[in-house]
Formats: sequence, C-alpha cells, structure tokens
Amino acid sequence: MQVFTCPFCGPRNETEFHFVAEAGKVRPDTTQPISDAEWATYLHTQRNEKGPVREVWMHTTCAELFVMQRDSVTMAVLGTQALRKDGS
Amino acid sequence: MTGRRLASGGLIDRKAPLRLRFDGRPYGGFAGDTIASALLANGVRIVGRSFKYHRPRGVWGAWVDDPNAMMTVRLNGREMPNVPAATTPLEDGMDVRAVNAWPSAKYDVKGGLDLFHRWLGAGFYYKTFIWPDWHLFEPAIRKMAGLGHVSDAVYDDYVSDQVNAACDVLVIGGGPAGLIAARTAAERGEAVTLVDDHPDVGGSALQEVAIAGADPAKWVTAQKAAFVAAGGQVLVGTTAYGVYDHQLVGLIQQFGFGAAPRRWRMRARRIVLATGALDRPVTCANNDVPGVMSLQGAADFVTRYGVLVGQRMAVVANNAAAERAVAVLDGAGGRIRRVDPAKGAVTVHGRRGVAGISQKGTRRYADTVLMSGGLTPLVHLWRHAGGKLDWCPDRQAYLPGKSPVDMVAVGAANGTFDLEQALEEGQTAGAGRSVTRGPTDYHLTPLWPKPGSAGRQWIDFQHDVTLKDVEMAARENYVSVEHLKRYTTLGMAADQGKTANMAGLAAMASVQGVSIPEVGTTTFRPPFVPIPIEAFHGQHAKTQWAPVKRLPLEDLHRAADAALCEYGGWLRPGWYGQGDQTALIAQEAVMARTHVGVFDGSSLGKIAVMGPDAKAFLNFVYYNTITTLKPGHLRYGFMLTEGGVVYDDGVVACLSPESYIVSCSSSHTDGVLRHLEAWRQDGNDPDRIFVHDTTQAWATVTVTGPKAREVVAALGVACDLDKAAFAHMTLRETTWQGDALRIARVSFTGDVSFEISVTASKAAALWEAVIAAARDHGGGAIGLEAVSILRAEKGYIMVGKDTDGETMPHDLGFWAPRQKKTTAFVGDRSLRSENANRTSRKMLVGLRVQDGAAALATGAHVVLPGGEVSLGYVTFSYDSPTLGHPIALALVDNGANRHGEGVEAWHMGSRQSVTICAPCFYDAEGEKLHA
Amino acid sequence: MSKYSMFRLLREGLTGNRGWGQAWRSPTPKAAYDAIVVGGGGHGLATAYYLAKNHGITNVAVIEKGWLGGGNTGRNTTVIRSNYFYPESAALYDFSVRLYEGLSQDLNYNVMFSQRGMLMLAHSEPEMEMAARQCNAMRLNGLDAELLDRDQVRRLAPVLNFRDDARYPVHGGVIQPRGGTGRHDAVAWGYARAADALGIDIIQNCEVLDFITEAGRCVGVTTSLGDIRGGVLGAAVAGHSSVLAQLGGYDLPITSYALQAFVSEPLKPVLDTVVLSPATGTYVSQSDKGGLVIGGGLDRVPSYGQNGNMPVQETVLGGLAEMMPALAKVKLLRHWGGIVDVTPDSSPIIGPSGVEGLYLNCGWGTGGFKAIPAGGYFLAHLMANGAHHEISRPFDLTRFETGMLVDESAASGIPH
Repeated sequence: MQVFTCPFCGPRNETEFHFVAEAGKVRPDTTQPISDAEWATYLHTQRNEKGPVREVWMHTTCAELFVMQRDSVTMAVLGTQALRKDGS
Repeated sequence: MTGRRLASGGLIDRKAPLRLRFDGRPYGGFAGDTIASALLANGVRIVGRSFKYHRPRGVWGAWVDDPNAMMTVRLNGREMPNVPAATTPLEDGMDVRAVNAWPSAKYDVKGGLDLFHRWLGAGFYYKTFIWPDWHLFEPAIRKMAGLGHVSDAVYDDYVSDQVNAACDVLVIGGGPAGLIAARTAAERGEAVTLVDDHPDVGGSALQEVAIAGADPAKWVTAQKAAFVAAGGQVLVGTTAYGVYDHQLVGLIQQFGFGAAPRRWRMRARRIVLATGALDRPVTCANNDVPGVMSLQGAADFVTRYGVLVGQRMAVVANNAAAERAVAVLDGAGGRIRRVDPAKGAVTVHGRRGVAGISQKGTRRYADTVLMSGGLTPLVHLWRHAGGKLDWCPDRQAYLPGKSPVDMVAVGAANGTFDLEQALEEGQTAGAGRSVTRGPTDYHLTPLWPKPGSAGRQWIDFQHDVTLKDVEMAARENYVSVEHLKRYTTLGMAADQGKTANMAGLAAMASVQGVSIPEVGTTTFRPPFVPIPIEAFHGQHAKTQWAPVKRLPLEDLHRAADAALCEYGGWLRPGWYGQGDQTALIAQEAVMARTHVGVFDGSSLGKIAVMGPDAKAFLNFVYYNTITTLKPGHLRYGFMLTEGGVVYDDGVVACLSPESYIVSCSSSHTDGVLRHLEAWRQDGNDPDRIFVHDTTQAWATVTVTGPKAREVVAALGVACDLDKAAFAHMTLRETTWQGDALRIARVSFTGDVSFEISVTASKAAALWEAVIAAARDHGGGAIGLEAVSILRAEKGYIMVGKDTDGETMPHDLGFWAPRQKKTTAFVGDRSLRSENANRTSRKMLVGLRVQDGAAALATGAHVVLPGGEVSLGYVTFSYDSPTLGHPIALALVDNGANRHGEGVEAWHMGSRQSVTICAPCFYDAEGEKLHA
Repeated sequence: MSKYSMFRLLREGLTGNRGWGQAWRSPTPKAAYDAIVVGGGGHGLATAYYLAKNHGITNVAVIEKGWLGGGNTGRNTTVIRSNYFYPESAALYDFSVRLYEGLSQDLNYNVMFSQRGMLMLAHSEPEMEMAARQCNAMRLNGLDAELLDRDQVRRLAPVLNFRDDARYPVHGGVIQPRGGTGRHDAVAWGYARAADALGIDIIQNCEVLDFITEAGRCVGVTTSLGDIRGGVLGAAVAGHSSVLAQLGGYDLPITSYALQAFVSEPLKPVLDTVVLSPATGTYVSQSDKGGLVIGGGLDRVPSYGQNGNMPVQETVLGGLAEMMPALAKVKLLRHWGGIVDVTPDSSPIIGPSGVEGLYLNCGWGTGGFKAIPAGGYFLAHLMANGAHHEISRPFDLTRFETGMLVDESAASGIPH
C-alpha cells in the first residue's frame, strides 16, 4: 500500500487514487485536420519512463486532479502539486 | 531413546502436562512446548520424509529454519495442513501426522524410492517423460509430489482480523539488541511497537550466562517492563513477514492452533531490524540422517523447552559463536565430543538415525551430530525493502549494506554477534542514530561444500538437493544462481532456503572457482514464513466482498415479495411474487403494456453539472449536441471514450442554462463521474463548472404504460400532465407533499412513461402512493426482467449488453453528430478513423425467427446460411409476451444494411434460420411513446 | 546436443551423471551476426530457434541483460490457452498452443505442457449468456470449447465454492480442454538448448546500452560487452520495451505495470484444472509439484518495480478464499512480481518498429507465456522475410493509427 499525498487532502492510501494519464499530454484541436499518426500519438503513445515520472492522478474521494512526480522503480513519491496551478 | 526432558530449565510449565499423538502413537508434553520439542523430549527421531527420495527426516532446528518437521494436525475437529512442528505451540490432544509419509514417518512405504536416487537427480524430469506423451506420466507424478493433504472442510470462524496501524518505530525481534532498541526509543517518547514471533521476548538472551551483569531472564523481564512502562507495545507470537512500499510492514499474529491469524498493516516511520541470525548446516557425507541438528537449535531446545536432544553429541563447528551453545548443552549434562571440521572431511553414519561420526578413518559413536557452519544474519526483510547486501569475508556472510528506506539492522541481523556490541547497536538505533558496525571477536574457519567429495552430501534437506546436484547443474551450465535454484529446486522448499541457500551458493562458487559474492544471491521474496491465505481475506468476505449497493426502497420491495438480484452492482427487484419465474415476468410485462407498470429507477445515476461553462462542457463530453437543449427539455445521448467507443448512454436534463442533470447507467455512475471530473479539470476552468453526484440523494419511481398519466395524476402533483403541455422528452420541477419533485417524461419501454424523482427520504411515501394508484388502474410493480423485455421490444439498448467495447454510436444508428456536429467532442477524431469507416462494423439489428420457432439462445452467433464465420452475436433474446413471438437483438457485421437478409443463428453447433430486421419490434412509429 | 531420453537417463545414472554436456554454451560475442535478438526470455529464445530451424539463419546472437528466462518467462503463472473471442487472437494463440503441443518432442526437452483444461467460471445467468457468446465464438474460431453447467463444473473442481452463502455462486462456465499449464523455466531452457545446438550464441549478462543506426537503418547494438552488429534485429524485452524504444527512437503505446503471482506450499492433488473467476479476477492452478499457483489483475500503479503491493495481494488471495474457501487455510509460500507491457487493447505488438531493420515482439501484457512459441515463430518470420506472416499482420503497430484494435476485453470479458 503506497501513500500518495493529495495536495488538498494530504497523505492517503493509494487505493483512493486513480491514474489518469502521463502529464503533459495536450488534446489536439479536433476541429482542425489531424493526421492518423498525430491522433494515435495523443491517444496511445506513452513515455513510460523507467525512473522519475510525471503523471496526472485523481484523488477519487475529493475528485481533484493533481500532478505527481514519483519514481517508477523505487516507488518513492517525489512531489505532488494541484493541476490547476501547474499549468500543464 | 535419544532426546530427553531435563528435570529443570526451559520456559515450559512442568505442572501443565499435555497429550499428543504422533503418527498414531500417544506421547506427552508440557505447556510451553512446540510440537517438535515435545517429540524430541519423547525420543522421537524420525518426524517426516523428504520430498523426493522419502528419506527419513529428523528435526533440524528449533525455529523457522527447520525444513523437516511438517505435519498435518487435527484438534477439536479441525485439520490443518503443512503445520511446521518447530514453531507451532503444542496444544492438548493434538493428533499429529507427518506429511508425505504413509503409514507413518517411521515406516513410509515410499522409502524405497531412495534406491533410485541416481536416476532422480536434478532436473531428471526435463530429460524424460517426453515420449510418447507427458500426460501419460503426469498423474502419477502429481500423486507422488505435494506435501500435506488439505481437507475440503471450511471453518466458518476461521476469519483473519485485519488491522491498520502506524508507529514511529517498529522493532522486529525481541532479543537483547531489539529489546534495548525498543526501550531506548520508547523512553525518548516515540510510539514503538516491538514484535517477536516466540511466545515471549528474549530471543538469544536465554542462552547467555549474564547480560549487563544480571541474570538473563531477569534482564529481559526488566527491559520489557521498562519498555511497556514507557508506552511501548509488545506483540508476541507475531512475525514480520514482509516489507512493502513506503515502509509498510506486514505482520502476522498467531493465536494458537486452528485460529486464523491477525494481519497487521503496520506503517512505520522507521524500522529496526533485530531478527538475529541462523546457524548453517555443515555439508558433509550423509549429513541428512535424523539426529543431525543445528547446534544453535539444540541449545534453543535446552533453554526454551528443557529438552536435551541427544545423549552422546558430536559437535561439528567452525566458529566462535558455537562456544556459547556448547556451554548451554554442557550445562544441561550432555556428553559432547568436539569434531573439528578443519582437520578433515567428516562423515555421518547411520540410516534411520545417527549412529556415529568419522573423520580421517576414525569412527566414533554418537547418537546426535550438532552442526554449526557459521552464522547467517536474517536479512530477508532488509532485502524486501530494497536494502543492499555486502559480503563480509571475515564473517563469511552477507550483511546489511545501504538501505534506501529508514531501516537499520542491529545485533546478529547486522552481523554483530558479540553481546556487548549488539546491545550498543540496539541503544544507538533506538536513539535514532546511525549504527556503525564495529570490529568483531567473532571468527570462523570458512567451511563450505567441497566439490568432488565422496558420499551424498545434502544441501536442501526437504527438497533432496545434494552437492552432486549442484555439480551437475554447473556441468550443464545452469550456473546463474537463479538457474541453479530453479533447476535443482534448491531453496524452494517450505523454509525457502533458510538452511540451504548459503551452502548452495558456496557450492556453486566452489565448482566454478569464483568467490561467493560473484555468484550472487537469489531474490528474497515475502513472506518470511508461510502464512495462511485467509490472512489476506478477513471480513472482506461473502456479502462484504464487493458489497452490493442498496436501494432506499429495498424494504418495500422485500415486503412485496421481490426477487432481489444483482444488476450492475445494485440489488434490485428482478420480479415480484413466488412461483414460475418466467410466467411472473411475462405477467409483469403484459401488465405494463396493457395497463401500467411501476419500477424502481433509483439506481440510475443522477449527476448534477452546473456553472456558467456547464453547457459547453456537456456539449464537449457528449456525442450529441447539447448546446441546443433548452430548459425543461431532455436529450438522449452517448458519452464516448476518446477511442470513439460508446462508454455510456443516458439522458441529459436541462434545468436552466447553467444547470443540468446527467443520468447514466446504474453500474457506470462512478466511472461517469470520474470521466466528467477528469475532463472538467483538463482544459477547462474548474471554477466555472461543477460536477456533483446526487444519485444517493434522489429516489426515482418510474411509471410506464397506457395508464401512466392517470397514475401520476392521481398523486395530485401541481403539474399539467396533458399530452400537449407535457411532451415526450421534457421535464417539470414541482412539489409533492411539500418536497421538491422532478417529473421527466422519458421512456425506456416505448410506452408513455414518467420518471418521478423525490428526495430519498420521501421515497417510500411516493412509492406507496404510486403503487396504490397503479393498482386502481390494473397495474402494479414490475421488476428489472420485465423492464429488460419491454426495452428490447422497443430496441432500446443496454450499454455493455447490447454494445461491446468496439461499438460506436453510428453502429447503433446514431450517425448525425458524427457527420454534422462542428464543435469538438470527446472521441470525435476516432469516429473518422479507418476503423470507424469500415462497412463491416458490427451494427445493432433485430432478428426475426421463423413462424412458430423458439426463441434464440442469447449468446448465439450469427453466420451466413451454412457458414462457419461469425458475423456477430445475439445480445438479447426473449419470447416476447406482448408480441406473442420471440424477439432478438444482435450486433451483426454491416447489419444496418442487411435488413431482410436471411442468416442463421449458430449455437453450440446447432443452426436456426433467422431474418435480419430493424431493432424495433414495438410501436415503430412512436404513437404510443408520444401518446 | 546430446539427446535426452529415458535410456540416456538410465545410462547416465549408472555412470554418476557425468556425461551430461552443457545445455547451452556461454560464448563470447562475435563482432557481427546475421541477426540479433535482444532479450533472452522465452520469446527471444524462441525467435532465435525458429530463425535457425525455419529459416536456416544460424549466425544469430541472443543478447540477454541478466540470466536467460529471468524476466516474465520465469515469473508467470504458466497458463497456456487460446480461449479467445476474435478470430485474429484465436489464430495467434492457437498457433501457439499447437506448437506447445509438440514442443517437448520438438525441443527434446520436457516442458511439461499439461492440457488439464482452462475453466472460466460464470457466476450468474447473464454471465452464462456471456459464456455462451464466448463458447460459440471459440468454436467458430475452430477451438475446442464446452459450456458447462453447475454440476459439470462441480465434478471438475469440487473444491470450488458451492455453498449457499457464496458471494459469487457458480452457475457454470466455459472450458477449453486443450488449455493448461507448462513448466515455464523449461520452456526457456528447452528453447535455449535447442537454439544453442543449432549454433546460436546466447549471450547472458550483456546489456544493450544503445542501438547503432546508420542511414536510418538499425545495424547493431552497443552493449556492456562492446558493439555487436547484426543484419537484422528483433527486440523481445516485454516490460522494458519502452526503455528500448527510447534508445531506438521509436514510440510505443505501452505502459508497464507490475503483475503479481503467488505460490502456496505443496499439497497433495486438490485441483485438476486451471480455474478463473471473472468476478474476483483470481485464477489458480496446481503445479505438478503441488503448489497452488495463483494470479490475478495488474497492480494499480504503473511500475518498473518487481515487487508486490498489498492491495492487489488482498484482492487476488481474498478472491481465492472466496472462490475456494477450503483453501483459505493453505499457506502462501512466496509471492513476486514481474513487469508486464500493457497495450491499449491488451493485444501484442508484432511487426516493424518504425526503425528500418528492427522488428518488435512486445505488448503481451499479462499473457506472454502462452504465446512464446508463436511470438518467436512470427518474429523470426518477420526478421527473415521482412514481411508479416498472415497471422501476425493484425498485430502490427499501425493498428493504433487505423483504430483496428484487437481488444479481447471489449467482447469477451476475459481478463488478460
């Protein structure tokens, strides 16, 4: 059981959280033409880094999204910030 | 007789005699005994058989390192398999049988297998049983394998408590170093928990002559008292079995035979590892004969249980720590002969028990051989936490190195075998300071397996891995330590290599001519000792496992004799009444079509979406256009995934330009809520949109059928129900008996329907009023099964049943937004992919059977006449009571363009001719819907 | 390669087992090979074997970071099955099962493929309808499948929970009789030994540090033992596929997760088939040695840490106790984790990487072991011919652009 720190609620068990996406993914403007490859990159491509990662998570009990930096090997949580202040 | 009970000493209560049977024979023991100590006290030598060769096995150790004494134990009508005798406290009346032996450990019929050992070496099964076929041999091999038999009995009170706890400091191991660490930390004001797997703390203290100038037992008592006085928590009979992410330690607390253990999830700010060390066996010829034991174990049997394990004991030891144990045995009156293994190869004699020992051709009598090949610190938990190990040549052992977490090892676990230093380390660690390992007085003569030695030399006692097996593995190039383990099964027995691993690694190092650290170690995997599967279960069981959601009206449904069934995680009425289920469901369906039916729609999700940007937001998350939806109006629509697949369907209600209610499938509410929140906070100003789940706050009663309007009218709500004033797909907010009431004219059946929602606390009053009115009009309550028929007759889908994870909205006939909607929406680009444009997409259709034919099987596939290629499948099929003939819905390749085509429904090899048709069998023109 | 047989075993037994040669060599890598396979797990070793056997390409190196078979090949729950819904999946996985059926003889190494049946339970009438959908699909795909009712399931696995208070009562199930289990290490070792005998160099303890690219074409790898050049390259590195992709400069739609597995103490035979409960996600079989081999769903957090985590342990083991309450008293001996490479549709990626000269076999997620023979067969086909075999074509990376996913969970509800 890992402990993640929700920027709003503090440290909570991992079971309260929901992995949303890797951070930094921007939805293309779908009212403009987008190639299949571009859309597939947005939809499916993952960095899936080994080591430090930046991800968007949801704390399901307060429903807030936030950005978490953690290490995908050691599982150390390196930091969390509210998404709305992050600008990503 | 070899072992015997001493007149005094040990922690047993000689005034409390206990009885046990072993392999059918009666024996006696005392309170405080383990099964193993009692058997040894009775002179029992053969306590089991090895896994492969069925060689006789005696008790090796007094603790978790014993790989040999595994029992099936019965007591008070309860039977447990694979009970470790060395760590299981004896209880009165235990009926103990050795596993893997019949009729007894002493006279095992399979003992003869050992004669064939030369053909049954490491990995023999990989090299044979290939022809003609493995299946020919497998059943016999399966029967031979396995240890204990597990009974099919289920013990209803065998339920593990699950405890979440946290502490500042968790001290694992209550020996001298652990005790002092715990006391020191507690006296600093920290919240400390001390765990020890024995019935009481003390650990190796019992073998000491004196600690800090005091009698060891008194010293232990004093430390414990001081610790408890300082607020410390002691958990005895408790094993730390694993260390997990973020300093979470799994503890397992035993409560005696047959009782489920309690599992603790202990979050520790810091961890002090004081788990001690184990004695290693000496690898020599014939070293597996019953009566060959761990020297430290033998000393433990004296100090804990007052049992002297032999009368004429040969001690084969290579290290300084042996002296303490020898002194204990000497003090207990054992006759001891020292055999220095440095002076030449040692051979043990005897077959069913030790009969002597020889070195350099000189044979001496002994009934017991006590071995000490050096101490191995117990670093399992250190490794679980990701701590590094350093090889120490002086100690010939792996010691804790760097730790990535706040964990420190002290005492023997840290390779500090000298008492004074161990106490100092304990104190330092308890005070939260870093521990530096000092120089040691401990010394040993390296003593490792010598390749090429004569005789059979056991490395893994339970799994029958000998030095020759290791040599053979090396010869065949299974030299990686993991290959060695897997090929020979070394270290994979119930003790998980606690006795075998070091000798195995050393043997491989020696065969290859490299150093031990070059060979490396296998991974230490939890649990430290085997623990029951129940420990992970507990009260999270039966109805508490994924508990169903309950309706506010459940009591009323029960009173009305509802058959409550699970639908999408909710317990909902399937039908009402006793008797033939099919007939009851048909009656309900017909009643709803001819008069009126009332059903409980409270489980439907009701998510409020509000704020200045709510409309644009909903327009984005819905496939359908929401911007044109006016207050008081409803719109049916789909939420898609970004992959363009229908995720949920439902109705959006516009209360005002800034306030909407999203209704969604009962089982999808949590998911839809997450979906909405994720989009709300991604790319939107979350201060201008608010999402709020009101599902539990509102109860919904749905009235459907030709008499629905009359029934609603009878409630006396302040609302014009006239067809012209209250059209299909509109909504009214009103009041009823002083409470807010929402009435939506929306239909899931194809008939005129009203969904009436009221605050959950008024649900019962509303339900009763509606049911009373419905009775007056020849109707009544209907269950979900009838509803499911009604909606299928009309061709209304249930997401997940009539759609699958590939269904896009145009597959269901909803093509307009895909072609016309100009603003962005979730999933839009995927609807323009090659996949979305395929003509062979599975589309929703109806299937008509031939006149007089029976209903299709749901789950049947659709094939061309005589064909064997699936074109799709039947998602719903029923003999419609309303229409008097079977109906079916199906997803079929290009189905929308195949209406009228004759195909076949294929079910388990049988075929039935059907015709593809539109997926609507009832009121296709919508006259009844809009009536 | 010295042949294994009963006769040989008897003879060796009489002469101290001294005549067994090396199962495989430990060669020093050459500077160049005709083909290089990165990854010495089951898929990589099988690829090398089929390159030699089917295509006559024997100047091949298999490069393995650690010890061969040490990744997911040596960590899985050993289930082999092809009970798939879509024809594309059924063709792929049943090709694999068919290769498994002759594998012990083919490799002259007993991989102990035990076709004891793969039973998927149905816990309600709606689930029975889904089971029928699945069973019909399998049969139309040319697979063996039977729909069982409650009594038939009970005869097959009486240890299941047939009590009245079962949270998930057994209504029936679908069985694939040809499904079963194999000895996972033996599959890796058998392929390694057979590949080695055909002249292939298996290079262990050799880590790929980078790809060597010339004029946009991948022509070799830089390793911890130096540069090794290859005419064509294949990568089969499962959970570490994304790490390799970063080196190679191509994109993958893969997320790595830890998948846990569990084994109990050995018991006398108590369960003769493989059983999966879709409701709890737990599945279990009993190894020939007697241990219950237990698996379940993925961990919740994307991860490269090969450790287990408690929430999933409780779901999987608690699920077993729900499913077979008599086994709640059995003791867990060991649990571990492997890193699996999960794609958006949980189907594998077989095909060109996007970098010329480099082909992929990855994305098997939780189901790679059963596909080892097929994965190796088709990667070898690609490397030898530069083009797909018909069976592997639907699994090309381009499906993520066309949207033509092969998503079994979409149709069948089978957790992978």
